[in-house]
Amino acid sequence: MARMPVQFRLNGSDRAVFVEPAETLLGTIRRGLGDFAPKFGCGQGTCGVCTVLVDGEPRLGCLTLSVTCEGRSIETASGLADGPTLHPLQAAFMEHFAAQCGFCTPGMLMAAKALLDRNPNPTRVEVVEAIAGNVCRCTGYEPIINAILAAAQQRGVRRA
Amino acid sequence: MARHQGRGMASINYPIGMNLGGDPSQALVHANPDGKFTVALSAIDLGQGMKQVSRQIAAETLGVPIEDVYVDTADSDTGPHDMGSFASRGTHRVGNAVIVAAKEARGVLLEAAAEELEVNADDLVTDGKGNIHVRGAASKSITVKAASQAAQFKQGKTISGRGIFLIPLSTVHPETGEMSPVTAYAHACLVVDLEVCDETGDVKVNKLTSAYELGRALNPKMVEQQLVGGAWMGMSHALYETPEPYYPNPEHGGRDYNEYLMPGPGDIAPHDITVLERPAPDGPFGGKGPGEMCANPVLPAVANAIFNAIGVRIDTLPITPEKILRALKAQGGARPQIRRA
Repeated sequence: MARMPVQFRLNGSDRAVFVEPAETLLGTIRRGLGDFAPKFGCGQGTCGVCTVLVDGEPRLGCLTLSVTCEGRSIETASGLADGPTLHPLQAAFMEHFAAQCGFCTPGMLMAAKALLDRNPNPTRVEVVEAIAGNVCRCTGYEPIINAILAAAQQRGVRRA
Repeated sequence: MARHQGRGMASINYPIGMNLGGDPSQALVHANPDGKFTVALSAIDLGQGMKQVSRQIAAETLGVPIEDVYVDTADSDTGPHDMGSFASRGTHRVGNAVIVAAKEARGVLLEAAAEELEVNADDLVTDGKGNIHVRGAASKSITVKAASQAAQFKQGKTISGRGIFLIPLSTVHPETGEMSPVTAYAHACLVVDLEVCDETGDVKVNKLTSAYELGRALNPKMVEQQLVGGAWMGMSHALYETPEPYYPNPEHGGRDYNEYLMPGPGDIAPHDITVLERPAPDGPFGGKGPGEMCANPVLPAVANAIFNAIGVRIDTLPITPEKILRALKAQGGARPQIRRA
């Protein structure tokens, strides 16, 4: 089948690509656009490492078809830092030792960003729910949950 | 239906490293002309902190700031030989090799500085901030950078060091079977509080309390990180994951994360950890390392806690709701054991 043109924004930049009709957003972002922040894990929507934001909503890149993203705004962990300044979530992940091997981290960060963007002051239970689709082998989740809560608190302080 | 509370405890001795082939690690350290050092290893950092700990050990031994040490790992084509990152051996084996290499490199560095300062190398000390000076005379000094440049461009010396750490292969006594494959043991004790539902077989972990003795904690935050995360890997082995649930029958093995279960963020419980530091005589700066021991005591402690809760002794892993229900059926119901406060 013929390749199809798709245009969307990736981390604030307009991008135009030709994709196979069955191509996943994850494949387009990684192979087509060279942004390797979102990872390929299970490829069937059960591990969460491919989590990206589509118009601010967390989506599994491995189960999202690129052709459905026409005109949308995609965010990945590559777009979090502002030049040398880390996003508060990234800083909090470092501060709280929320990564070891790092493979789940890009997905965790994006799931957390989606949460904090719509709910700047989440409870612990809400944080757990927000990352419930993301598997982590190394950390035991506790440092990740603490980091997200700390980032929320810090953003609250800065806003005040 | 009732949920039965249970408490289980386990204590372990955990050997650091293994005996096969003597279990050596090598390290190479060299200075670049800018006075910064590279440590080349074939040991692998999978996130457990191998690079960070090697960097600390190298900086401390060389007497230079930690920012001036770069650790290059995991190119087994070009790096010095290493048995690998397993058996909780990284800090102990690699750390000791890094110390040997860094000592040799430090010796050459001080020789180069001595030649520039026209003093005896034995009289030189480092301040850990990038300077070398005569003991008791801080004004008679040279920077590590200047000494490295002099070695490189003037004296024609390589500031470098080679290190290996090898515990010789321990043979087995032909009659008694006695051997001593390990020189350092770490220790842990862990208590699990959980509850078991006798209708569904569900196990809910409520609290972990543990004490770990792992030599000197060379990086206390990373030790804590290992212990927090490793406990849930142990919990995963104890209660969730297996590729072959009906081993040796391969059927019904998990094919994806819907079927191959692991704890999620909603399954975790508070973990109160105490780290006891008893420096190991042959460890790098006394370190042994947490390693696999983070996960190990969890498994027997969970099995014991389930016995304490419902009186069934399950001796295959993972302890799934199915196994609990079958065991309860065979026993004719839950028989909670005595609970000690």
